Amino acid sequence: MTFQSLNAVQLRDRIQLLAQQAGVQHWDLGAACSDDCSVQVDRGEAKQLKASQRSSITVRVWNSDGLVGITSTTDLSDGGLQQALDGARQASQYGNPDDVPQFSPLATAPLPELNRPLKSRQGILPLLARLRDAEADLLGRHPAIQTVPYNGMAESLSTSLYLNSDGAVRTMERTQASLYLYAKAEEQGRKPRSSGAVRLALGSDELDIPGCIKEAAERTVSHLGYQPIETGVYRVCFTPEAFLSLLGAFSSMFSARAVLDGVSLSNRDSIGDSLAVPYLSLYDDGLHPGHLSAAPFDGEGTPTQKLCLIEAGKLRNFLHSEATARSFGVQPTGHAGLGAKVSVGPDWFVVQTSEGSSSGSALNHTTCTDPFVLIEDLSALHAGVKATQGSFSLPFDGWLVKDGERISVEAATVAGDIRSLMNSIVHLEQNLEITTRGVAPHVWVDGLSITGEA
Amino acid sequence: MTDTFSQAWSDSLQALLQRGSSAGADLVEIFLERTDHIGLLAEQDRITSVNPTFAKGAGIRVFLNGRDGFVSTNDLSQEGLTRSLDQALAMLGLEASDLSTANGFEGLSPLRDYGHDKETWLATCPSMADASSRLLQGTAQLERLGQHLQVRRGSYARDWQEVLVAASDGTFARDIRLHQSTGLSVLAADGDHRSSVGRRYGSSDRPDDLHTWDVEASAAEVCQSAGKMLRADYVEAGQMPVVLANRFGGVIFHEACGHLLETTQIERGTTPFSDKVGQSIAHSAVTAIDEGISSGAFGSLAMDDEGMEPQRTVLIKDGVLQCFISDRAGELRTGHQRTGSGRRQSHSFAAASRMRNTYIDAGPHTPEQLISSVDNGLYCKAMGGGSVGPTGQFNFSVEEGYLIKDGQLGRPVKGATLIGDAKEVMPRISMCANDLDLAAGFCGSVSGSVFVTVGQPHIKVDTITVGGR
Repeated sequence: MTFQSLNAVQLRDRIQLLAQQAGVQHWDLGAACSDDCSVQVDRGEAKQLKASQRSSITVRVWNSDGLVGITSTTDLSDGGLQQALDGARQASQYGNPDDVPQFSPLATAPLPELNRPLKSRQGILPLLARLRDAEADLLGRHPAIQTVPYNGMAESLSTSLYLNSDGAVRTMERTQASLYLYAKAEEQGRKPRSSGAVRLALGSDELDIPGCIKEAAERTVSHLGYQPIETGVYRVCFTPEAFLSLLGAFSSMFSARAVLDGVSLSNRDSIGDSLAVPYLSLYDDGLHPGHLSAAPFDGEGTPTQKLCLIEAGKLRNFLHSEATARSFGVQPTGHAGLGAKVSVGPDWFVVQTSEGSSSGSALNHTTCTDPFVLIEDLSALHAGVKATQGSFSLPFDGWLVKDGERISVEAATVAGDIRSLMNSIVHLEQNLEITTRGVAPHVWVDGLSITGEA
Repeated sequence: MTDTFSQAWSDSLQALLQRGSSAGADLVEIFLERTDHIGLLAEQDRITSVNPTFAKGAGIRVFLNGRDGFVSTNDLSQEGLTRSLDQALAMLGLEASDLSTANGFEGLSPLRDYGHDKETWLATCPSMADASSRLLQGTAQLERLGQHLQVRRGSYARDWQEVLVAASDGTFARDIRLHQSTGLSVLAADGDHRSSVGRRYGSSDRPDDLHTWDVEASAAEVCQSAGKMLRADYVEAGQMPVVLANRFGGVIFHEACGHLLETTQIERGTTPFSDKVGQSIAHSAVTAIDEGISSGAFGSLAMDDEGMEPQRTVLIKDGVLQCFISDRAGELRTGHQRTGSGRRQSHSFAAASRMRNTYIDAGPHTPEQLISSVDNGLYCKAMGGGSVGPTGQFNFSVEEGYLIKDGQLGRPVKGATLIGDAKEVMPRISMCANDLDLAAGFCGSVSGSVFVTVGQPHIKVDTITVGGR
């Protein structure tokens, strides 16, 4: 099956027929198809040119005992679909009777309008030419920038759909393009330093290539004059990107699935609890105009929505699937995957100052003269975050800022507890920045432990 | 075309290789794959998730003047494969041709079939019922042996893969691979105190592995660690000597040095060791191996994903760099001979030079001698995950740690992260013990996530930065 032939109605009819033949009355499925290409370069030469055409389907069936089984396959032929149905029926014998997902009650509700027009794709050779130019431009920005070891430009066209035996038919199609440039710079007798920038767009013609080059060059060069930092407790300012990545690593605080599984810092009764300083509010807004990968529905067909998670410091809502929503007596929120045990996760965080509230501080990372550490990027979140315990110990890239002068920090870690951190926020700057992870201002936090090599 | 990969694919693949060679490609490689995966999760005393997944696809790679174009597809029809090949050729400015004047292609060699005696493996693996039963035994043992356990989990994954590799240099090889992994994990909670501990066990090519798994010993190890760490204090940050335990302690070498010895890093200019073959890059106590031949080890292979048999590759001998881990592209672009290390997660990725079973070899000391040599330091009994950055800086978390005071193990500590730079740390591994042991893991890198083994004996690092509070 090729990309062009993933047709929701045809697929529904084929599955319906196969399901009837197999005696399956109740089923749903998610399917995806994509056509991607990407390029990488190395000092003016094409390094690797890649393309892929992929398709996959995940089908769930409910057996005569009402238990659910699931199977995934990349084979969308009739034989492949039959194998998937058989696999799902077999798996349903091991379905968990204590936690049986059902169709989302919102699987046929109207979908939100998303203004994400499809863009024409340029093809691999134009991408290659533009990436070559971008690499050459970046290499010419500073004599210490010797290579751009991690780089790539990509564009894709993808289709996703959700169908169920009650007649739900959800489809979406989107285009997306990306550019990343990570440069390596080195000065004689000193360690190499690396940094970079990323840009996303709906189409490769819309990628902000000059902005990406400028940011990658400035960030890389800014880390050349590095120094070790003394171990101690510091006032820290997180860039929007860094703060959002930390918050994302602890998103199980907001997941009803994690609450029910006992692996969240929150519990069933946490709604209304104080989680952060009163001037912080947090939304999950999968429909935000800055979210280029936005989807109008989740894995269960539930419409995507904007959801308030923290209002004026207090926990207001959890993220839900159909099953968790039923358990909590609320509506699904559009944050589900598709599974026998359905995963729940955030979409697009928006961090902002609570309406009508203020920290009372005027801290600004561009003008502050008192010493602080500006954390630009956190690394190894998969290893350094203990989400079930609330603790983190993470390497970071950043600067020690004194009297307005930025000194890049050599190998260091920042450690703390997310609950303490959320209540030690001293200021959220006014300017909200759209990043590849969400929207946030620079966030100031007092009293974080930093380990350095000085 | 048959569903099973066999000699029957020869004509079809030869036609494709001839088409690519005639177009002017230096080399054309076709990788075909079928997989059958199942994942199970047990929570408390229930099976809560059963996930079977079937996949098939092809990855087609074309080389020209050191560059390559790669296309992957789920479509294994002749039409689909031809379309993908033509797309890969076009990337390099080549035009497909049906002319019979193949550019150096002299036909495929006879099929080397490493899978012929493995046909029954899939059928002899544990059934869903068997696997479910074993996992529930695991969570029951956790309940029996642990205290303050809020969450008990067991997981099992079985990955069966059939691959066929054909290339215009005549390579024609087939294999069947089987990887199974089991894991137990707990979250212990008592008031404000929490600890989360997990252990994974894995093997290759052993269909009966789940039946021979020592459930009780695994559960005891997890519960003991969780109990020790439940009320542990946070470690005090600083620079100090560290003793790293054997088995998964080997992640330090994997992250800090192993990745920098892959030829992909030479190509990128991101390894400080590119011109150091024959020179000392580590303490003379260090000899390091990467191999794909240990029976049943998670990173072992009968052939790599480019059809080459694996080897035992000595990377570092007595501190001196011997060679790099290399694949086809690595050999072409850097001159380092292939080592049977061309690996990929699936047909969606082009193969790259990747580690297999990688470990520091055993030394002459006992683990007690290492600990007794430290006045004030940290003993890392169990490691969490880690990563290495583009300039060789590495980091990894310590899951179970103990202070060392006056040569004796002291109280447990949590929250430690080891950070450093490979070039600086390797010369500081000054003592290796005599208790080499291996542990299964997954390594994510340029060609996706692959099965690996890390390992080492107990080792002592004279000084390293320990991040904490």
